[in-house]
Amino acid sequence: MSNEGNELSGAQIVCESLVREGVDVVFGLPGGAILPLYGVLGQWPELRHILVRHEQGGAHAADGYARSTGKVGVVFATSGPGATNLITGLATASMDSAPVVAITGQVNRAAIGRDAFQETDITGATLPVTKHNYLVMRAADIARTMREAFHIARTGRPGPVLIDIPKDVFQEMAQFDWPEEVDLPGYNPPGEGNIEDVKAAAKLIEEAERPVVLAGHGVLISKAWDELRELVEKAEIPVITTLLGISGIPTAHPLSVGMPGMHGHAYASLALEEADLIIAAGARFDDRITGDTKRFAQKSKKIHIDVDPTEIDKNVKANVAVIGDLKAVLRQLIPEVSKSTHTDWVRRIEHLKAEHPSLKIRETDELLGQHVVKTISDVTGGKGHMVTGVGQHQMWAAQFWQSAEPNNWHTSGGLGTMGFEVPAAMGVQVGNPDSVVWSIAGDGGFQMTMSELATVKENNLPVKYAILNNNMLGMITQWQDMMYDKGFYANAYTGNPDFVKLAEAFGILGLRCTSQDDLEATIRKAMEHDGPVVIDFVIRADENVYPMIPAGESIEQLIEEPA
Amino acid sequence: MSMNGSTPSSSSQGLSKRTVIALVQDRPGVLARVAGLFRRRGFNIASLVVGKAERPGFSRMTFEVEGDPSIVSHVAMQLDKLIDVVEVTDVTDLDIVWREMALVKVMASAETRGEIMQLVEIFRAKIVDVGAQAIGIEATGDPDKIDSMISLLRPFGVREVMRTGRVAMPRAALVEGGKDGFNVKGQESDIWVAQSADSGSV
Ligand SMILES: Cc1cc2nc3c(=O)[nH]c(=O)nc-3n(C[C@H](O)[C@H](O)[C@H](O)COP(=O)(O)OP(=O)(O)OC[C@H]3O[C@@H](n4cnc5c(N)ncnc54)[C@H](O)[C@@H]3O)c2cc1C
Ligand SMILES: Cc1ncc(C[n+]2csc(CCOP(=O)(O)OP(=O)(O)O)c2C)c(N)n1
Ligand SMILES: [Mg+2]
Repeated sequence: MSNEGNELSGAQIVCESLVREGVDVVFGLPGGAILPLYGVLGQWPELRHILVRHEQGGAHAADGYARSTGKVGVVFATSGPGATNLITGLATASMDSAPVVAITGQVNRAAIGRDAFQETDITGATLPVTKHNYLVMRAADIARTMREAFHIARTGRPGPVLIDIPKDVFQEMAQFDWPEEVDLPGYNPPGEGNIEDVKAAAKLIEEAERPVVLAGHGVLISKAWDELRELVEKAEIPVITTLLGISGIPTAHPLSVGMPGMHGHAYASLALEEADLIIAAGARFDDRITGDTKRFAQKSKKIHIDVDPTEIDKNVKANVAVIGDLKAVLRQLIPEVSKSTHTDWVRRIEHLKAEHPSLKIRETDELLGQHVVKTISDVTGGKGHMVTGVGQHQMWAAQFWQSAEPNNWHTSGGLGTMGFEVPAAMGVQVGNPDSVVWSIAGDGGFQMTMSELATVKENNLPVKYAILNNNMLGMITQWQDMMYDKGFYANAYTGNPDFVKLAEAFGILGLRCTSQDDLEATIRKAMEHDGPVVIDFVIRADENVYPMIPAGESIEQLIEEPA
Repeated sequence: MSMNGSTPSSSSQGLSKRTVIALVQDRPGVLARVAGLFRRRGFNIASLVVGKAERPGFSRMTFEVEGDPSIVSHVAMQLDKLIDVVEVTDVTDLDIVWREMALVKVMASAETRGEIMQLVEIFRAKIVDVGAQAIGIEATGDPDKIDSMISLLRPFGVREVMRTGRVAMPRAALVEGGKDGFNVKGQESDIWVAQSADSGSV
């Protein structure tokens, strides 16, 4: 079926365009304004639709699908409340540069601007949380808009794009013409870097005695893990990964030095501080890494490689900047850098690791979040996918997940969205049906989006949800403990549900683990179960995350252990 | 127009002002996108002029923007990131021609009219409207010239002032002219300037 040149309805054009873009799965939830689209969806059996329980869940699922496959994730929602429910999900994707296309129904054209029933100016509302958005006022414009939207979402620095389509535009007939080319004179994402800049970067690398790569999310987005490895092995450069750069290099690689920053490994923060050259590769020097930028890594020169020129000099000044796609730039850079060693520097880092063992778990009989993550990491061998929520459990996951495969770690870093853990893991599983997908969830975040367990069950998605249940908003408790003179308030849950019964109510296997003794057996049992599992890991509550560099401070304020 | 919702406080870092010209595609909402970007990034728009460009389907915008120097220097790049923005030139440090127009309604009695007409002449402005008690004046030129004309008119009773903000264009080759563009360092500003980049959030 080509449909080229045929008269189709706007709704049919949307479906045909999705197929042209290679989409095979859509997350969504219908409503009046988007019903014309649902009315024809069945005519395209190649488009699998997954009916979610909440549009936020749909957006996070599309995001998880996108991050873990590199393909564009798609979500449908209706006008008004359906569309506004997407906003958190779009903002999450936007902050972490994930390619998502959202298609929303809008009220009929004639009703726009009249405060019609379920009318929201969703293009206005999502302006700051999308890479771009569209309100399509003619069916004849849909194909071109879809083509542009996917192109914009996936290229350059990826991001979410929203397309708002009035109900009567879905119903309007127009000739379907699929544009081969996109015509966007204002949009030219860079490819290779300027070779002079690459050479200048190579020169700094040659001169450096203590170089490190700060590997960010850009490594995963541009699928540059092989090139990263080739570069750092050639010139013996240690690699520090940002929270979103985890899985850009195997954690067990001899040159891998862990995560820096607020809750990063102490040795990684110290290595970043002691380096004389930082090569930021697709990392945007977020404030969780730099703390006070005026006191951040003063001893080093900086090479900043990024596809987005506005990131250069935004937080940290670069001595050499290379604008381009990371994979292409690294390919240019590798031959310019000579084979070399940095034996003393690598030895120094080994020494830092020995002196500051951030991966040591203190002696205790109680079950800690750290034990749970470490055991899941050991049992899976760091293979499959790991998704997290936001809070203490996220930091322990980042510290203890020993990733063994590229791009198998997915977390909400920039927006820090609690509730990401349930639906995003669902999207990751949809995109990677043969992988074991673990979600490390907080009891707080889990309760924000747990309605998607119904979707997980309905579609028999075998996600393993590990709730690190401290019966509290742990990270909030920690801040109140450390910064507000123990002014605890609204931090603890006194009436959490029974998560095992809850799982059973959804028709999902529920397990509980309360001690270190049962830990491995519980995890193995979950892995052996051929379907979704929810595990209530009841962990010690009053446990803070260390190391910690308090917000806005510098490495001098590093707190390695509880006082 | 102030686009910054934060509490004003003075800063010793100074205020930087830049003139930027953007060629944009005439697509719905392009002005909202540009204005939203300025608001979000904490730039202050001192003036903004929009009009059709030479190519059908495109407009040109001239902005004067103010803000923290380190942020303002990113204005052009940030604008360029918008999909509908085709081309951005920060002309602050270039040789540019720039103009602003003002319409001024000033009280004019039989006795004062002659004096006002003289001022109009000196500033090469034009009378565009005459009423029994007031006259309308059109003036074009650089903002300093317009400022001084208005201040000289004040004693007569200025009723209404309408100014366009500045439009700018890099000079055609061989046309002589002075340098423009200023980067006022160390000047006290009442624009809120971030002192720490930490988000303070968790
Ligand atoms: C509770 C909490 C605590 C946190 N603590 C820490 C912490 O201790 N340490 C830490 O590191 N983070 C921490 N974070 C995460 C932090 O907020 C940021 O999200 C993270 O540091 C950003 O990592 P990034 O720069 O690698 O990724 P992103 O923010 O995704 O940035 C990616 C960069 O790569 C560029 N890029 C994209 N595609 C390409 C391409 N093809 N080629 C080249 N460049 C490309 C982008 O333009 C962008 O500049 C924390 C988050 C939370 C919620
Ligand atoms: C949607 C949302 N609301 C509020 C916050 C602020 N916040 C950050 S961490 C946290 C606590 C998370 O609790 P939980 O999910 O139980 O994880 P824990 O820290 O206990 O491991 C909160 C409330 C947030 N990040 N996201
Ligand atoms: Mg909790």
